[in-house]
Amino acid sequence: MQQPETAATFFAMSSTSQIVRLTVNGDVHEVGVPTHFTLLEALRYAIGLTGSKQGCDKGDCGACTVVVDGQPTLACLTPVWEAEGKAVTTVEGLAGPEGPHPLQDAFDVNGAAQCGFCTPGILCSAVVLLEQNATPTRAEIQDALAGNLCRCTGYAKIYDAIEAAAVQCRADVANREGLSERRRT
Amino acid sequence: MSDDARKSQSDFTLIGSSMRKIEGLDKSTGRAVYTDDITLPGMLHGKILRSPHAHARIVSIDTAAAQALLGVHGVITGQDMPTTYGIIPWTPDEHPLCVDRVRYIGDGVAAVAAVDEDTALRALDLIQVVYEVLPAFFDPHDALAADGASPYVHDAKKEGWNGNITKKVHLEFGEVDELMVASDVVVEDDYFFEGTTHTPIEPHCAIGSWQRGGGVRGSDGEESGKLTVWSSTQVPHYLHRELARVLELDQAHVRVLQPLVGGAFGGKSEPFDLEFCVGKLAMVTGRPVKILYTREEVFYAHRGRHPFHMHYRTGANQDGKLTSVDGKILLDGGAYASFGLVTTYYSGQLLCAPYAMPAYRFDSTRVYTNKPACGPKRGHGSVQPRFAFEVQMDRLAEKLDLDPIDFRRRNFIGSDTRTINELRITSNGFLECLEAVESASGWSEKFRKLSFGRGLGVAGSTYISGTNYPIYPNDMPQSAVQMQIDRSGRVAVFSGASEIGQGCDSVVAYIAAEELGVPLDYIRVMRGDTDFTPVDLGAYSSRVTFMLGNAAIDAARKLRILVQGAVAAEWNVKPGQVLLAGGYAMFAPDTARRMPIKEAFNLAEAMHGALGSTGSYNTPKDVHGEYRGGTIGASPAYSFTAHVAEVDVDTDTGIVEVKKIWVAHDCGRALNPVLVEGQMEGSAYMGFGEALMEEQIYKDADHGRAGLHNAPSLLDYRIPTSLDTPELEALIVESIDPEGPYGAKEAGEGPLHPSIPAIANAIYDAVGVRMTRLPFSAPNVWRNVEAARAEGTLKKPAVPTRAPAGAPDGSPVQRSAD
Repeated sequence: MQQPETAATFFAMSSTSQIVRLTVNGDVHEVGVPTHFTLLEALRYAIGLTGSKQGCDKGDCGACTVVVDGQPTLACLTPVWEAEGKAVTTVEGLAGPEGPHPLQDAFDVNGAAQCGFCTPGILCSAVVLLEQNATPTRAEIQDALAGNLCRCTGYAKIYDAIEAAAVQCRADVANREGLSERRRT
Repeated sequence: MSDDARKSQSDFTLIGSSMRKIEGLDKSTGRAVYTDDITLPGMLHGKILRSPHAHARIVSIDTAAAQALLGVHGVITGQDMPTTYGIIPWTPDEHPLCVDRVRYIGDGVAAVAAVDEDTALRALDLIQVVYEVLPAFFDPHDALAADGASPYVHDAKKEGWNGNITKKVHLEFGEVDELMVASDVVVEDDYFFEGTTHTPIEPHCAIGSWQRGGGVRGSDGEESGKLTVWSSTQVPHYLHRELARVLELDQAHVRVLQPLVGGAFGGKSEPFDLEFCVGKLAMVTGRPVKILYTREEVFYAHRGRHPFHMHYRTGANQDGKLTSVDGKILLDGGAYASFGLVTTYYSGQLLCAPYAMPAYRFDSTRVYTNKPACGPKRGHGSVQPRFAFEVQMDRLAEKLDLDPIDFRRRNFIGSDTRTINELRITSNGFLECLEAVESASGWSEKFRKLSFGRGLGVAGSTYISGTNYPIYPNDMPQSAVQMQIDRSGRVAVFSGASEIGQGCDSVVAYIAAEELGVPLDYIRVMRGDTDFTPVDLGAYSSRVTFMLGNAAIDAARKLRILVQGAVAAEWNVKPGQVLLAGGYAMFAPDTARRMPIKEAFNLAEAMHGALGSTGSYNTPKDVHGEYRGGTIGASPAYSFTAHVAEVDVDTDTGIVEVKKIWVAHDCGRALNPVLVEGQMEGSAYMGFGEALMEEQIYKDADHGRAGLHNAPSLLDYRIPTSLDTPELEALIVESIDPEGPYGAKEAGEGPLHPSIPAIANAIYDAVGVRMTRLPFSAPNVWRNVEAARAEGTLKKPAVPTRAPAGAPDGSPVQRSAD
């Protein structure tokens, strides 16, 4: 039988910790976490941003997808230290002071979130898509979501929502350009 | 017909229009709280040690080293919770942790609570379990044939019985054999439906918290405490009951909270080991304890669709009418009973519509095997036989030289009728469903007419809107709601229903807003807490909208009458002349005369005192068959569905591409069409996944450890991604049910059923190959294609030549010479 551990052996065997400096949704957080922590664990359990979800913890489901330096990234496969010095955006960071992101509103209006567990990850994939492609086709939307599993919707309402949000985003851009145009004249 | 059923769409202000869900923005902004999002002060992390053996006796468990590990606060084993439980009161065969025997790879044997997950995992490594390995049963046929030479999966209840048999059902209606023999045509085949699992994206999670003493006394009079459990369950009420029973607490001292649930599909519809373990560990340690299943553990917890080995014989006459249906089914149940008693009945009871059957027999046997337990998955027990039967329907249509949609129409059972097994059918929109998919899919131009390799298939089905009899016998309401209105013009709704993504919290809000005339954002739904919400039995058997909706209407109308009365007194008019709508109380003959609803509420409170009401719904108890089992399958209303699927089959590779699925579903009335479409699309998607991709299978001794799950991950257990999923078109059919809330019936499970046979029948239309085994994966299809090639049957089937019933030459139908 194995001997009961002493405090000394416990600390010798236990994982070491480190302090990491993360920039999340524009805020800088310095948190102490075990060295083996993933970005997802740091977000959820150290910073308290629980919007990003753990569905599989091995990169299969995409529920943990966040935006890192403009790219959709699986937070559960990203060692926390790898996110240092980068800009991390989670679902909590998509809304601005003026209200929800057009995607967030469109997901609500179109019934794109049933149980809602995959929604944060899908939104992060979709935000990057719309930033890179203001007029995505349905095939391009399907490609962009290939790494995000949804078990409720059959994706149909999600496509509707992203297409509606793309229209809204283009209108917002046109509106802003129109405003600045008017200001100049 | 009730007043609501008579109402036309224009009579409603909200119902029937597309509305947001009340928690929709929470879900899209990350504010929504699921169980694992909760952290309590001092919370410990729990882990469960699981059996590496499929079948073994536990000789001893030594937890001393784990107990002694710094950071470990509690270790429990099966001996700490010796009471058996089970969702069906007659078949309690599970322990939270195994006491003396493990029955599948993944069965829990011990649990620890420690300061963090790492420490809990290390503690598991220190637990020493000595097993005596026993021979295991993996094939249900072997389990059925067992003679007791090696221990059964469960001990036989009586000497000489086979302990592997969990349930046998044999029911016969009409002259099955006589009518079969006299039939003009008979088709007969074996079918196999592989097991599949739910895979909600949220893994099961539970947190237990124990408040010791404080004057709380247990049933034995001893001072005990109060247990609170948060869980991602879809049955908080049953969990509440079983926690109290197994942990030997007074039900009044157990509180179950249900945060939002991240998908369930039947996979969270009974208590699981983690809920008992967090409760017991919280009691042992005095600290809150959380357990979150790993994705691998979700696959072991399972309770998914049973593998069914089916044999069907179906007869019909040249007039295109069914004569006799005869099914024999072996259900592979896995290690525990779960809902198996009901599954065994459902395997036969729910086949008797939407087609009239002059005679019907089914013989179903469920056996235990040493694999994770099967249970209810969306379309509980009836998806598998529906696959087999709708393929038989397709074969019969072909033999009769009839279009398969026409053949289904000829056998339509009708509305306001009884099935052969005495289920009461009320509203029935199945013909409209057939019409909708026929028209939308371009059926008449495409069926049998597309080029070789491309094809169309049709299938139909029915499903229950809840069950007339609850799981444990009682006469209390199946669903109840409390409502209160306050001086600010708000309505608070207390609902015990389980929001698992289907939108039931929104449904009660829509109903309260419709009945009381307040805007939707003036409704607050208080939910998911057994301490202050009335009982709703849970999110299963497609019961929630029907039952909760009726309870909510009942509660809201009691308040409406009080408000109308108070306003009528103020205006000196008749109460019936006061309308509540759009945030106002209005005088119906002249709606310009109005007051804000808040003032109306204040008048009512001044007249009656504080305003609250309760509403209940209970099922009809006098409509079922007068035979043993006749209550199982009895529902207050049945939904109906038809699918057409279009496929592309590559005969070189066996790859089937489903291009599109048209889903028409009779949901009674669509209270919110966006949510109904979402259920229809999600159901068709899930059925599509089962048809082409999904298999919950286990290794055999030649390919690893026998009984070990083959692929317990979301990469290897393949569920459809956005790139796999076909285009889905939802076509809502409204039959306006006389007993449903505003005429509504279910939409959550019914629309799944025809997915699989519609695809199977489309494959036949494409290349002339019958698929009788699931899934229709490339290797399985390719094998059948090669066999057909060898037999010379790999070709486009013939176009049916007989005119449809009702067509100029189609009816009456002449009997052919053979």
